[in-house]
Formats: sequence, structure tokens, C-alpha cells
Amino acid sequence: MSTPVKQTSATPLGRPHAGVGDRFRLWWNAQSRPAQWAFGVPFILFIALVPILNIPVLTTVGTNFGAVMAQFGMIALIAIGLNVVVGQAGLLDLGYVGFYAVGAYTVALLTSPDSPWNQTGEGNWLSQDWAWLAVLPVAVCITAISGLLLGSPTLRLRGDYLAIVTLGFGEIVRLLADNLGEITGGGRGLSQVAYPQLGQTEANPGGLFSAGNVAGRINSGVWWFWLSLVLIMVVLLFVGNLERSRVGRAWVAIREDEDAAEIMGVPTFKFKLWAFTIGAAIGGLSGALYAGQVQFVTPTNFNVINSVLFLCAVVLGGQGNKLGVILGAFIIVYLPNFFLGRTDLFGIPINGNEIANYRYLFFGLALMVLMIFRPQGLLPARQKLLTYGRQLYVAARRTAKRQHGDAGTGDQHGTTGAEEVSR
Amino acid sequence: MTDPGSARAGSHFDEQNRSVEDAEDVGSDKDLPGGVTEEPVIVDVADVEPELADPAVVAERVAPTRAIDTAVGADLLEMRDVTMRFGGLVALDSVSFSIRRGEILGLIGPNGAGKTTCFNAMTGVYRPSDGQVVFDGEPLGKLKRNQITRRGIARTFQNIRLFSEMTALENVVVGTDARHRTSVPGATFRTPRHRREEHDAIERAMALLEFVGVGARATEKARNLPYGDQRRLEIARALATEPKLLCLDEPAAGFNPAEKAALMDLIRKIRADGYTVLLIEHDMRLVMGVTDRIVVLEFGKKIAEGQPAEIRENPAVIAAYLGVPDDATA
Repeated sequence: MSTPVKQTSATPLGRPHAGVGDRFRLWWNAQSRPAQWAFGVPFILFIALVPILNIPVLTTVGTNFGAVMAQFGMIALIAIGLNVVVGQAGLLDLGYVGFYAVGAYTVALLTSPDSPWNQTGEGNWLSQDWAWLAVLPVAVCITAISGLLLGSPTLRLRGDYLAIVTLGFGEIVRLLADNLGEITGGGRGLSQVAYPQLGQTEANPGGLFSAGNVAGRINSGVWWFWLSLVLIMVVLLFVGNLERSRVGRAWVAIREDEDAAEIMGVPTFKFKLWAFTIGAAIGGLSGALYAGQVQFVTPTNFNVINSVLFLCAVVLGGQGNKLGVILGAFIIVYLPNFFLGRTDLFGIPINGNEIANYRYLFFGLALMVLMIFRPQGLLPARQKLLTYGRQLYVAARRTAKRQHGDAGTGDQHGTTGAEEVSR
Repeated sequence: MTDPGSARAGSHFDEQNRSVEDAEDVGSDKDLPGGVTEEPVIVDVADVEPELADPAVVAERVAPTRAIDTAVGADLLEMRDVTMRFGGLVALDSVSFSIRRGEILGLIGPNGAGKTTCFNAMTGVYRPSDGQVVFDGEPLGKLKRNQITRRGIARTFQNIRLFSEMTALENVVVGTDARHRTSVPGATFRTPRHRREEHDAIERAMALLEFVGVGARATEKARNLPYGDQRRLEIARALATEPKLLCLDEPAAGFNPAEKAALMDLIRKIRADGYTVLLIEHDMRLVMGVTDRIVVLEFGKKIAEGQPAEIRENPAVIAAYLGVPDDATA
């Protein structure tokens, strides 16, 4: 994960195709599909192996690195979902944690023994072994429906008004969870939530995904991280397909100029609702993962500050850039945990716990600095919105390079031509 | 490349570019490391789609394919006593006129005469306070804006409103949205119909860009295009919706005489391709040169309608534009 940070740090503002990141992007786009696979697969494998490689500086001291990576996986999923809503369609959603909560509570309500709606155990339709996996699609569907319900009245609002309404939604969900004591257990929460039952041994009676599996290098956190990596890739594939279709183009058009989009025949309300629903579904998926991992949900986990933190991940990483928001999620999760319990950094004595405690202060400062120097985020969006535009862009690049070469050798043909066209 | 008048310097450049290209092996430089440049990225369209080098092919692809109920020469759009009131202000006062299929109709009038309001009433931005707009045999009634576009009225904007972060090609492909039928499920799983539609959309968009003369800058962001190209891109985007009627709102604003001449050629070319055009314009030479008929508005009322030569001689129009000498009114 450290490479993407490096490649973008030097891009000057306002100059297209000048930074290291853009150069990398151009190079990457020019590679053939097999070459992209040849680079991409080892990179993903490396990411997957990071928690068990124990790289000295990278690893966390105060907490288990596997657990940190598992948390990163979930926040990354959230960031991808929120990016659809905020980054692509440009709808500011300050209550995204509400969907996360709906997903988590759906799983908990259906599988926790504390819940009146528990469907596991004797005589019920959910078998203990498959409960989590069976409830996962249910959670995604219910969250999607909640997104639809929230969106259909509120998406007629624009800008700040929408932000305020969604902020309210996030709080409503949390307050419901807190106050519907008979159903949600109120502040006590719901415990013993189901999780994937896999690989039970005598030393490990709960299985690989159990919260009790903390011993050794490949603990439950690592397993959850791997599971979320798989889900991230599936979601990225679907969202990527959408981005390069009329849906993604409609979203960006709505973000750019909603009225113009509508006058060009784009059914804007329909696509805004889709963005909301899809974003909600991804948030719910992440919530279901969370409920399974910690096997315990309480309302305090779904504070409004989390909504802001998710938004922070999206803005920090780069709105509209799927990989950027994953990087943002990594920073948000990893940095506080990196400092936690650390007493020195490269020989300099520091009080890591204090730094971790002040994380909101530092994130706030970081956001302010970012907004001044790099408002588009660490990895700014260079959306590709066409499925079959590839050959065209390759041709454009080829011509660009030819012009560049001409200018270098003093041959004025290409450059004079370009100037004439641009006048 | 397509039309000597409208493609302007582009054709000159393309000729040079192709000769450079012939000299080197095009396929081999694919794997070289990234070329980085701050100059505008020019695409040789013929490189990507060789057929587009032929203007006839371009024109054929751009031509409308939809069935229109109205016969050529019959009324395609009819304004029936349309009145627009904003509070106490009457912006349009029972205006009636019609646009015939296949013609270029000019809508002129002094500043504040209600031209753009008229336009907005037609395209659904405003609902008429009174009266009716009938299009292709059916009243527009309470249709939403995007539905009106789907019915076949497309427009450009007086102050350019492109999707500035999207490339020129993407802008035009957004215009084809009205002709797509796949939605989210189809796009998620990339069904065959979705692929076919995407393919057709990009092909048509490329032809449209070539048609209006910005094909060479297809991959550039709309905001980086020069002003004139942005105006042309708006026209291409509007044409992408396959309109039965194309409405141009002051397309020549800010143009120099050479650009205006090129624009006139383009408008004629659009009509020759089978479109009906409504043109709002301030520039008299352009309006007189390109339109078949002209409707003149003043203070929200229609004061004249007729062929350019008649309008030029019409005393009411002359009075509206030049004012009436004091002694004449007395």
C-alpha cells in the first residue's frame, strides 16, 4: 500500500498528465490485459500477505495487526460504497453509518440468542453452521431497501439539505437501536452473533473466524481480512462495470450539472436513487461483516462521528477514485493503530498512545491541509466512463507521444498542427 | 476533415498527421513507457475508425434513425397561445407559431423579448401558464424534462453547460443515454444487450464528434477545449439524443466572423442530414443567412413571421430593433 502514496505526492496542481501518478496511470492503461494481470495478481497477493509477513516498521505494536487489517477491509468496503454516493453521484451523505448499523443489526437480530427474532438454534430455519452466510444476503437486501426508503423522499432535496436529512437518518437508526430495548437489547447490545463456522480444531473450538482465535500469526483477524478482500474485489468488479456504463456516466453527469443532465434525457432521480441503494447495500455488507467479526453489536459503535470518519476516508483518498478511497480507508484505520502502544519511532521517543487518542484532531488537521494543497484527494479521480473507449485512449496516447517526440527532435510538424487546431 | 468549412484547421492538421504516421510502424510503439505531454491530446480519428475519414459515412451515422409521424413540411412543433407569467411579469403573451419539419426556423428579438423563455417553455424547463405546446402530434403537457428529450426535443445552452470533468466523447455518450434501454442490472453483469448498446453509443458519438468537427479532441476533458469547440460539442451532445427537433440557443455568442461562417455551414449540414432546427440568435447576418423562416418576438409578443427577406423589410421589426424616430410617432 505504500507505493500509491509515493506516486501521487508530487503531482503539481492544475497541470494535467504531469505527475508521477498520471504517468503511472498512462503506463498502466497502455499495458495489455495479460500484463496487467501479471502485475496485479502478485500485488493483491502481497496485500493479502501483509498481515502475516510482520514487516518490522509496518506492523502494529499495541494491537494485533491482523485485527487492524480486518477493520481496514470493512472500512474499505464502506468507503467504496460511500464513494458511489458521494464521489460518483455527488450526493453528500452524512448518515452513512446508519446503513452500516442496519446491516450489522440485521445479522445480529437474526442470529443472536439475545434477540427476540433469533432464527438460529432448535426448530428454526437457520442452521448454526451456515447462519452468518445465509443472513449475509438478507442483510444486504434489507439495507438496500432502507436506502431506497430513505432516498425516495429525500433525493428531491439537493446539496446541504440532503446532507442534513441523511445526518438525521444516521442518528435515527442509532437512537432506535439504543431505545428499542426489548428488541435490540438497548445499550447492552446483542452478543453471540453468528459467524462463519470453518476449520474447528481442538485447540480452536470456535473455528478460524471465531473471535477467540487470537493465537498465532494467522488468527481470526487475518481470516476476516481475507474474506473482506474477496468481497472488496467482487464489489469493485460490479461497481467498475457500473462506472463504465450509462449508469456511471449518469452519476458523473448529475454530479457535474444535474439540470443539464436531465435536459439531455438522463432520468436523474432514478439514477440518484440507484446510487443511494447501491451505496446502502455495500454499507450493509460491511456492517454484516462487522457483526460477524466482533460477534457483538451495541449502538455506541454507530456514532455520527463514524459517518464523518467514513467521509474523511473518501475525501482523503480522492472522491470518485475507487482505489483512492481504499487508500483513504487504510490511512484512517491504520495510522491510529500504528501509533498505539508505540514508544519510539526510528529511535525518536514518542508517546504513541497519546497520539492515537488525539486522532480526530490529527485527521481534522490533515483534512484542512489537504483541502488547501490537494483538494481532489491523494489519488484524484480520472474516471473512465466508457466500456470500449480503450482503443481510442491508446490512440490518443500514441499521438500525444508522437507530438512529444517531434517537439524533442525539433521537428515542428506535430506541434504546429496542434497549435493550429487549438488556435 | 468532413466539411472544409466547419472542420477549419483540423483538416490541414490531419493531413500532416497521417503523413507522419505512415512513416513509422504504428503497432510497435504500444509498449513504450508513458508519453507525458502538456500539449492538447489530439486523436487521429481515422486511426481508430478508418471509415470515419469519409464524410459521407459520418453523415450517414449521424442522421436520425427514428420514425417521425410528421410529414416533411408539416408542423412538427406548434406553440398554441403559450403564455408565461412570472408573478406579475408576463414574459410570453399568447405566442403562437409553428416549426415545420425539415426547416431552419429563426427566433429573434431584442434583449428581453422572451426568446429564451419561449425556448424553456418548449423544452419543459418551465410549464406554460396558459396555452399548449404540441410536438409531433401530441401535446407535451406535464412531461418531465428528460421525457421531453426522449420524445425528441434537444437543446443547447446559451451559457455553455457541458459536463466539464468528462471528456468530449463521454459528454456525447451521455447524450445517447436516452436511447439506452439497459439499466443497473444489465450494466452490473454486462449483458450482451448492454455491450451492444455501449458499442453503438460510442460509435455514434465518435461520428457525431467528427460531424461537428471536434473528433480530434475526443479524449480531452470538456473544460480544456477551446470556446468554439465547446459550443460545437454542445451541439454534438444534443444531436446524440436523436432529436426530431434541435434547438440552438445563441450558438454563435462570442464567435468571430470566421467562426460564425463555419457555424452556418454546420447548421446547414445538420439540416441536410435530416434534422429540424430552431435557432435563437442575435447576429442578424447569421440568422438572415441560414434560416428559412423567422419569427420575431418583442416584449413577449410575436410581432412578425416570415421569410428572411420579408422580415428585413418589415417596419415593425425595424422599429423594434432600431427604435422609431420621435417625429414618426407624433
